[in-house]
Amino acid sequence: MIRLIINRLFFGLVTLFAVSLIVFLATQALPGDAASAILGRDATPERLTALREQLNLGDPVAVQYGKWLLAALTLDFGTSFASGYPVAEYLAPRLSNSLWLMAFAAIIGTPLALALGSFSAMRRDRGVDHATSMVTLVLASLPEFVVGIVLILIFSTGWLSLFPPIFAGGSGAVWQYPGQLVLPVLTLVIAVSPPIIRMMRASMIEVLESEYVQQARLKGLPEKTVIRRHAAPNAIGPVAQVIALQLAWLAGGVVAIEYLFRFPGIGLALMDAIDARDIPLIQAVVLLIAGVYIVVNLLADIVGLAANPKVRVSAK
Amino acid sequence: MSAAPVKSESAATGPAEPAAKPRRAGLFRTAWGFGRTKVGVVLTAAIVLIALFGPYISPHTDTALVAEPYVTSADGSPFGTDYLGRDVFSRFLYGGQILLLLAASAALFGTLAGTVLGIVAGYRRGWLDELIMRTNDILLAFPQLIAALLIMSIIGPQAWLIVVIIGVTHMPRVARVIREATLRIVEQDFVKSAEAIGVPRWKIMVREILPNVTSPLLVELGLRLTYSIGIVAVLGFLGMGLQPPDADWGLMINENRLAITVQPWAVALPVAAVAVLTIGANLITDGLSRASIGIDRGVEK
Repeated sequence: MIRLIINRLFFGLVTLFAVSLIVFLATQALPGDAASAILGRDATPERLTALREQLNLGDPVAVQYGKWLLAALTLDFGTSFASGYPVAEYLAPRLSNSLWLMAFAAIIGTPLALALGSFSAMRRDRGVDHATSMVTLVLASLPEFVVGIVLILIFSTGWLSLFPPIFAGGSGAVWQYPGQLVLPVLTLVIAVSPPIIRMMRASMIEVLESEYVQQARLKGLPEKTVIRRHAAPNAIGPVAQVIALQLAWLAGGVVAIEYLFRFPGIGLALMDAIDARDIPLIQAVVLLIAGVYIVVNLLADIVGLAANPKVRVSAK
Repeated sequence: MSAAPVKSESAATGPAEPAAKPRRAGLFRTAWGFGRTKVGVVLTAAIVLIALFGPYISPHTDTALVAEPYVTSADGSPFGTDYLGRDVFSRFLYGGQILLLLAASAALFGTLAGTVLGIVAGYRRGWLDELIMRTNDILLAFPQLIAALLIMSIIGPQAWLIVVIIGVTHMPRVARVIREATLRIVEQDFVKSAEAIGVPRWKIMVREILPNVTSPLLVELGLRLTYSIGIVAVLGFLGMGLQPPDADWGLMINENRLAITVQPWAVALPVAAVAVLTIGANLITDGLSRASIGIDRGVEK
């Protein structure tokens, strides 16, 4: 199993490297003069010269890439065109804002989804179960920004003006404004939960039918203990991978939500950077999101391997 | 050379049809047996009809200025006007056509390319398999939306580009599923016997393997269609899809969302259309997947 994990880690590194190459090629080594292609209509001689210098356009492509990658490894992504700040300095507070948002969604969403899934499984084929199944299927098909807008339409307009439709924030950290966080977090929770609920239900049903749960019931344990001590811990194993995959999805899914609520995170930074054609910022955010995505997927893989007894035992 | 396999594919349906057709019809019939599939078909059909025929029954053209901006209702504009004073209902009726076209093309392109890669990888194995699947892993490292945003931000928002990017990001996801299905088929005797009597490899892939992976193929197509609709709509919403003054549901949401508390119709109508469409497509997909494997499909988003 250790060898399998090392193997995965190695491929994760290779993938990260390939991703950096793609991001670089897509953004910098455009055919013709990258500087004028990037600036487009906004090209003035001064901006062109400045950009050419910043992009090392005098060097061959491979050298350019090497310089850029080495700098990126030390978190030096250059200077943002639009704001004039170093990219890392500009992104750091936004990254922490995004991480808070995702953490809230994960901390609220995961236990809730697990509980709902188990609840549904214990009432299998009854009204509640069918309702949960239908609702999760519907919610799973909605694009996340649609969920967000529906929530805004319900809670921020008309007579029910409970929460503000945008995140106005203030000078403090994002968690100091809980009222404004409610809708973005709720949107992410609704977007992330349905697959976890469905998987937990399926896994729980399987476990509840197993012989050791029957045995626990037959020896007279109260149903509560059977569920808590015997069924739930075993049911969560296969779900762990799904949870990890959903958290990985958050890394990309957060973009549209931040844009919708004007939440000052990396997703909004990406959209602003695209508007301003701020290439160093675009590169950094895309690398960051892809990096998080790869790492969490890797974790999901490893969790999946660890949860599979066949792999665990055969490759001690 | 590249056209040859396609041609023979249509020729090959002649002999392969008796074996394949009942199975496919059976899949649809089993799927139709689920209530949710029927609901899905009705929902999807309603939105598709609006998108296709909306422009012909629309009271105004999509760019005509009919009243003051952000009025909630006016003469001849039951749902009011948008941020420029154009009729919301007319723009709603015009706004679905291109979205549907782009989403359907992207889903078809991605599923087709992914199927070819998946069958080749699963049947040929060896270095080709390794190459295809490792390239897939790299493509999979980008969330679909991020990949689309990266390319669009550089080249600029263009319709054909949306189709290509979404298709390419679907490709590795489809290829994975089809490769798994192919691996199960390759083990079976009819493939081995076809190999033994010297049938060329491309013919085995087209005639023996392809008809046997149609079930996962159709489920994937449905799934990819649902996601394509979502991504095309999100791109429009982020201002990276169709550009003004085109009428597009995603773009409508983007243009009018700042006044959502003043004129909610301009946002609510397109949002409802996208929601109903994705729900419908997903219900059909769920029915197909239940019919084909009898269990819940995967959870990848």
